[in-house]
Amino acid sequence: MANVQIAAVERTFPGVRGGVPTRALEPIDITVADNDFVAILGPSGCGKSTLLRIVAGLDRPTAGRVAVDGVPVERPGADRGMVFQSYTLFPWLTVRENIGFGPRERGVGEAQRRAIADALMAKVGLAGFADHYPRMLSGGMQQRAALARALANDPKILLLDEPFGALDHQTRALMQELLLSVWEADRKTVLFVTHDIEEAVFMANRVLVMTARPGRIKSEVTVPLPHPRHWRMKTMPEFARLKEQLTEAIREETLRAAAMNV
Amino acid sequence: MSRPRVLAAFEPLVPIAPGARVALGIAFFVCFFALWGAATWGGWVKPLFLADPAKTFAAGWRLLVQFNFAGDIAITIGRVVGGFVIAAALAVPIGIAMGAFKPVEAFLEPFVSFARYLPASAFIPLLILWFGVDEKQKLAVIFIGAFFQIVLMIAVLIGETRRDLVEAAYTLGAGNRGIVFRVMLPNAAPQIAETLRLVLGWAWTYVIVAELIGAEAGIGHMIMDSQRFLDTGQMIFGIFLIGVIGLVTDLAFRAANRRLFPWQLGR
Ligand SMILES: Nc1ncnc2c1ncn2[C@@H]1O[C@H](COP(=O)(O)OP(=O)(O)OP(=O)(O)O)[C@@H](O)[C@H]1O
Ligand SMILES: [Mg+2]
Repeated sequence: MANVQIAAVERTFPGVRGGVPTRALEPIDITVADNDFVAILGPSGCGKSTLLRIVAGLDRPTAGRVAVDGVPVERPGADRGMVFQSYTLFPWLTVRENIGFGPRERGVGEAQRRAIADALMAKVGLAGFADHYPRMLSGGMQQRAALARALANDPKILLLDEPFGALDHQTRALMQELLLSVWEADRKTVLFVTHDIEEAVFMANRVLVMTARPGRIKSEVTVPLPHPRHWRMKTMPEFARLKEQLTEAIREETLRAAAMNV
Repeated sequence: MSRPRVLAAFEPLVPIAPGARVALGIAFFVCFFALWGAATWGGWVKPLFLADPAKTFAAGWRLLVQFNFAGDIAITIGRVVGGFVIAAALAVPIGIAMGAFKPVEAFLEPFVSFARYLPASAFIPLLILWFGVDEKQKLAVIFIGAFFQIVLMIAVLIGETRRDLVEAAYTLGAGNRGIVFRVMLPNAAPQIAETLRLVLGWAWTYVIVAELIGAEAGIGHMIMDSQRFLDTGQMIFGIFLIGVIGLVTDLAFRAANRRLFPWQLGR
């Protein structure tokens, strides 16, 4: 399907009103193989969203380059689906029309759009809400719809920016299983940003830990748990060990971030 | 939590029953007529300055059946709608282009901001010189008054499109056309309709001023004529009628908005 090469990517935001520039990302190198599921963990403000936006083509690196299958990323495209940290469903479209937005932009006909949307709504558990507008949905339902909307283009790469951040624990667990089942069935290349360690270990094959701002890759942990994964794996000793290892790494960075911001 | 109903009525943003809403709206008109009646029939105001309700409506009836006032009304409505439609048809696309494309904005915005402050009524003498007192002059007054306002307000509305929605659309494969026509436009559509409703109200002011200053027909012309005969009943009826027409168009606009934009929170 697709691989992603992030090579020496760095990003500095110009200072606000002549202030000092914000260095969000130090040079970062990540290679994501075909069909890999990579989670990125890091303290708040370390540049996770910035990195994802650069891969999506929504932001440009100050230096370095991002390539997908060897082709440099210049602009956003339907081959890289994204679920944002904030709610971004189009308020004027129903759930079905939201999910059909991408296919429509590609010129897919009405009947086929409907079929795509209906299948995805069933998959994410929104079958009864086809004609609801986003404001009539709970936060969790909106993020599920946003995930379905991103999947409707059948993108080679999925960029997920804390998609479940606003959800309660139970809904979150259900969404994790849902996303895992999608990935296990369709094998997409996934870059998944989260600050939930358990979530990262449960979902990913590799977990990258970022430092406090300016962000760079502090360490990498491979998750050797087999697929398909079941939620009971969260109670395995191996799972606990990985969690502890990552908690340790994150804690250090969070303390550093806290010290920096006081 | 049970509270006295009167207190509940003054909780901010708590909706009220549709029946109660209509009843309250009508209640104000009842108060208005009661006050008007009390002031005139009670002898507080001389009839020369303010006709009583009965005389006003009698004058209105006379105007309609004897003096073909319906024709005047039709002419004025025609002017307002004509001028407004021409202005909107040109201003909306330009406003959208200004809001969406920064170079267009940089090119037009300073001039439009300047032109917006030119009072339409101040152009009337000049426009009479250019066009005489015929229809073109009336349409031109409304156009000048409405066009620049619409352009600027729509440019702002389009420019305020949430960035994250635009970005989401890009990641879904939308091109620049898709962003303008399938994100920015539908996103701003309800407020655009609201803007047009507002400006249509102003168009009424311009047309009446134009008709007061120089016209052969129209509501404003009738009001001017009535002043010559000191017929306050007719004058008040004319003003009153404009309000009624405004109210009806407003209700129509609102009903249309509710139908066209069901995704908005009910207001
Ligand atoms: N458009 C911008 N202009 C200026 N600075 C920015 C901009 N976007 C992000 N930053 C800065 O870059 C840094 C990284 O931001 P980013 O949103 O990538 O963090 P994050 O890791 O996603 O945080 P969180 O976990 O809280 O979402 C922050 O310090 C932020 O202030
Ligand atoms: Mg973020």
